[in-house]
Amino acid sequence: MIELVSAERCIGCNLCVKVCPTNVFDRTEHEPVIARQSDCQTCFICEAYCPVDALYVSPYTDEQVDVDERRLAEEGVLGSWRATLGWGPGRTKLAAIDQTPFINRILPERPIRAAGISDVRSPATS
Amino acid sequence: MSGETDVKLTADVLVIGGGPAGAWAAWSAASKGAKVVLVDKGYLGSSGATAPGGTNLLYLPPDKEMREKAVQQRMQSGGFLSEERWIHRVLDQVYENLELVEQWGYPFVKDENGVTQRNHLQGPEYMALMRKVVKKAGVKVLDQAPALELLIDDHGVGGARGVLRQEGRDWEVKANAVVIATGGCAFLSKGLGCNVLTGDGYLMGAEAGAELSGMEFTRRYAPAPAFSSNTRSRLLGWATYYDKDGNELHGSRSGDFLAERLLEGPVYAIMNKADTPEKQAILRSSHAIFFLPYDRAGIDVFTQPFPLTLRYEGTVRGTGGLRIVGDYCETTVPGLYAAGDAATRERVTGAASGGGAFNASWAICSGTWAGQGAAVHALGQGAGAPERKLRSAGRYGLADGRTNLTTSRADTQELIQAVQDQVLPLSINYFRSEAGLTAALNKLNSYWPGVSEQAPESAYDRIRAREAAAMAATSRWMYTAALARKEKRGEGLHVLAGYTELDPNQHHRILVSGFESIQVRPDRTFLAGVAAGSHQGTEQGA
Ligand SMILES: Cc1cc2nc3c(=O)[nH]c(=O)nc-3n(C[C@H](O)[C@H](O)[C@H](O)COP(=O)(O)OP(=O)(O)OC[C@H]3O[C@@H](n4cnc5c(N)ncnc54)[C@H](O)[C@@H]3O)c2cc1C
Ligand code: SF4
Ligand code: SF4
Repeated sequence: MIELVSAERCIGCNLCVKVCPTNVFDRTEHEPVIARQSDCQTCFICEAYCPVDALYVSPYTDEQVDVDERRLAEEGVLGSWRATLGWGPGRTKLAAIDQTPFINRILPERPIRAAGISDVRSPATS
Repeated sequence: MSGETDVKLTADVLVIGGGPAGAWAAWSAASKGAKVVLVDKGYLGSSGATAPGGTNLLYLPPDKEMREKAVQQRMQSGGFLSEERWIHRVLDQVYENLELVEQWGYPFVKDENGVTQRNHLQGPEYMALMRKVVKKAGVKVLDQAPALELLIDDHGVGGARGVLRQEGRDWEVKANAVVIATGGCAFLSKGLGCNVLTGDGYLMGAEAGAELSGMEFTRRYAPAPAFSSNTRSRLLGWATYYDKDGNELHGSRSGDFLAERLLEGPVYAIMNKADTPEKQAILRSSHAIFFLPYDRAGIDVFTQPFPLTLRYEGTVRGTGGLRIVGDYCETTVPGLYAAGDAATRERVTGAASGGGAFNASWAICSGTWAGQGAAVHALGQGAGAPERKLRSAGRYGLADGRTNLTTSRADTQELIQAVQDQVLPLSINYFRSEAGLTAALNKLNSYWPGVSEQAPESAYDRIRAREAAAMAATSRWMYTAALARKEKRGEGLHVLAGYTELDPNQHHRILVSGFESIQVRPDRTFLAGVAAGSHQGTEQGA
């Protein structure tokens, strides 16, 4: 669930308000407020769009947790999803280095159990 | 509705929903010269099942043999409820469209031989690009603008109404053709990106007289972290599973293994089959979103156990939806088209799940075709939509002055919870039995009148009330269809205890329609082109 809108970092662009699929935020004169936290679907979209890494979506979908902004900043968590996606100036997009087309090359071997034979190891097919 | 502050627009084509299917429909209709409005409950570019994560796609070079093989494989896995011609159409169309995606600027990777790999799209990148393309094509986009109901007259559909939920105003768009691309129905189970998908399009379409098909093929749950939302689970192919005492469990993410184990107790996984830093790096740069919740919870997935759950996906990676009857994804209602997960995907997936590559490809293709069909239909109409005497098609859960509320008022949240209680449990919906489904359906039927006893006032409540109605209706269509298919066909997307064999007499699709009492009938029209008996042999062998 969304847990943090950093008043210190937010520049009031309201992008998060616009892009949130489940309309969790409300606009204010200053930084947006988390108005309907329980509607958050933990999709991390708002974080991806925030230009100044002012948001934190906790991984816990069903429970609210306390967060410490300073620690999240120090540990490099704020803005980390946006960085992974390669969004923001000077970054390489994840799409441009996407390894998905090649993951089948490193598939684990798996035991194939044919009738009467157990644990014959052979490379997986798909 | 609040009079002069409302936003009123006219267009040739109205597209409802801005996931991939809606985006392609809007682009395609605009490219045919139609004036297009697209509305999304959330935001075109970030909303729906594709946007937060991403999708693998069908991308087969136009090699005759290769494609024929793929088609035959699918016919087989789908229990011969799909159609060869339609699978070919999708393979052809998606190949072309993915080349367009590249031309529009999506940075596909190349392999070591310089061959571009167009078989996977990172969701945020893809959908942000589609937003740009759609807007550039001249489409008027209304975000945070859920549709609540269609407008109709004796000639068919002529537009829709909804709310601009961040402005507290209503919108109305009159258009001679409407494409429903509202995605599937995942019953607010908090799967990745899926909480906007509450079956609204099924409800709206059915109120206008459309039928649904394949609703029994909805036995579909996806593995996710027990504490989080991420249902992109392909990478669990590198996991080993354990029980709470650390004993290894033998099984894989597909099949009944996880469902059976989870009924017994918690299941943990460790991604220890990615056993080198090189492999781990490759996986991290593939489905990156897979790692996000674990990283944030402080779990090193390659060495530490993490708890799993199954989240219900309904029709999202099931295959049921609005019945389509023509090559342009026409429904049986004039002027009404359906695309993506809002439509049945049986024509290409048959009785198997389209997750994995078919669904995303279908969204692209069905969107493209529906957009074309809608544009041609609208531009061919003599009378403009504004001159038509349109009326509201909405009937359930609207209650804004249109139902006579007596005393009882149903609480929307309670209604949703009650529906979820019958739909989400593995014991009812995964391990399906006639007794279990019948009991659940009886309860769901008893909740149905409550749908019209909601009295929503705020924009928020009006949207939720319609979502509740849509989910209640969808659940009843699902279980009604499920009780009507007493056989095992395809790859287990519907299984009813006691019916373990394929039954050649049930080689039909199942259509459901209506609300108070639900009509069920078999559909064999898709077999018309197939020589009688030609699949007999295979069927018995399958
Ligand atoms: C985690 C996950 C992974 C997947 N991976 C794959 C894969 O690898 N390969 C594959 O083929 N498929 C995959 N799928 C399925 C694929 O994502 C869907 O088939 C695809 O997104 C369908 O596109 P769509 O446009 O029909 O629906 P969606 O993308 O779900 O979009 C529907 C849109 O309609 C909007 N909407 C809903 N109700 C209303 C309303 N009342 N008014 C206005 N707008 C409304 C929503 O806000 C949303 O934007 C996956 C699904 C999930 C959940
Ligand atoms: S996107 Fe970031 S900067 Fe913009 S309003 Fe939201 S929190 Fe503030
Ligand atoms: S995580 Fe998704 S649903 Fe939650 S606030 Fe951010 S954008 Fe909205």
